[in-house]
Amino acid sequence: MLVPMTPFDEPQTTPPAPNAAGPDLAALIACPRCDAVYRAVQPGPGERAVCASCKTVLIAPRRRAGQHLIAVAVAVVVLVVAATLAPFLAIEAAGRSNASSVLDAALAFAATGPVAILALAVAALIVFIPVLRALLVIYVLGPVVLDRPPAPHAAAAFRLSEDLRPWSMAEIFVIGCAVALVKIADLAQVHFGPAFWMFAALVVLVVVQDGFMCRYSVWKSLER
Amino acid sequence: MEIAGTLRTAREMGLVACTSCTRVWPAGTDRCGRCGHRLHTRAPMALQRVWAWWLVGVIAYVPANLYPMLSTRTLVASQEATIIGGAVDLARHGNWGIALVILTASVAIPLGKFLAIAMLALGVRHGSALSGSRRQQLYQVVEYIGRWSMIDVFVVAILASLVQLGAVASVSPGPASLFFALSVIFTMLSAQSFDSRLIWDAAREGRRA
Ligand SMILES: [Zn+2]
Ligand SMILES: [Zn+2]
Repeated sequence: MLVPMTPFDEPQTTPPAPNAAGPDLAALIACPRCDAVYRAVQPGPGERAVCASCKTVLIAPRRRAGQHLIAVAVAVVVLVVAATLAPFLAIEAAGRSNASSVLDAALAFAATGPVAILALAVAALIVFIPVLRALLVIYVLGPVVLDRPPAPHAAAAFRLSEDLRPWSMAEIFVIGCAVALVKIADLAQVHFGPAFWMFAALVVLVVVQDGFMCRYSVWKSLER
Repeated sequence: MEIAGTLRTAREMGLVACTSCTRVWPAGTDRCGRCGHRLHTRAPMALQRVWAWWLVGVIAYVPANLYPMLSTRTLVASQEATIIGGAVDLARHGNWGIALVILTASVAIPLGKFLAIAMLALGVRHGSALSGSRRQQLYQVVEYIGRWSMIDVFVVAILASLVQLGAVASVSPGPASLFFALSVIFTMLSAQSFDSRLIWDAAREGRRA
């Protein structure tokens, strides 16, 4: 359920003086999309607090989200590594056949001169960045879940993980496979390899991961 | 639900908000003490950066359509297909659905993104017929959809690695795949450079005036 946040509505309050600001400002939250300021109040169970002005979700805590996120991140690392090495798709036509792994797909560009840098970019978008994000999440949330003080540079690590979010494209790659299959359906016979199903599972996990992620709660937990 | 009157922005309160972790700090603070992000009341030169990335994105999109995306060699024929040519081919063979997907992902969405970003950036300077929340929604759609244009590049990568059957059939990527990928990446950077708080500044000023 979406609950609009309560505006910070004390017009007579002068802005807190910089030196006395500490505890006061920490209780506030500003919408990154529209700059509206609210008192940070934890929403009830199952509720998500949204910006009253632009409807951006600001606080969406989940019970045991930390454990879930770590479990998903470990699964992502295992799946990507396995899926990268195992055959992904295989085709057969006129007695000849060929199998391709995810790494082969990325390296398809490497063979042909000017487009070679694309190989690196594609490998990054579908393999390295998803794995890096998962590792960063484990690094940042591991100590939090174990009730330990945050790991060194945890804040920078989490910020990097959030900055990389749009550049993690494993799920787009899976849909790309479906399109590619239809394109060559009348040219050759196509078989799915084990890695294809691993990648498909990965897509579900990535979506689940984003559903559990409440950035505000993570930042709060790193503050201690 | 009229709560806009009591809403105050960080800037009005003499504060600066961290767009990375939502913490607020006294105006003039340089870096966020919680996450280390650089603090700006509004991203400096935001619109110039949006336009710069937008322009290179548009420029890269031209060769992406002129050069072949794929070249296919089979026993009987050898052909090179551009994005639009490939879709037309599919449609001719009766694959209307897939042709539509490709035209949407590679033509309609990129062009729509260029238009939407231009509209948002122009709206900040010259005002817009759309309300603040409509424009915010438009921005979120652009941010969400932008990445999906990469699908065509991945399709090329998959086909080129998979269809290697010697003389029977082989596929290799064409130069358009590079330009297309660059265009998608530049457009994503353009959208990311946009500071959506600018949408609301103009809308709120209008209400007060
Ligand atoms: Zn907002
Ligand atoms: Zn911050």
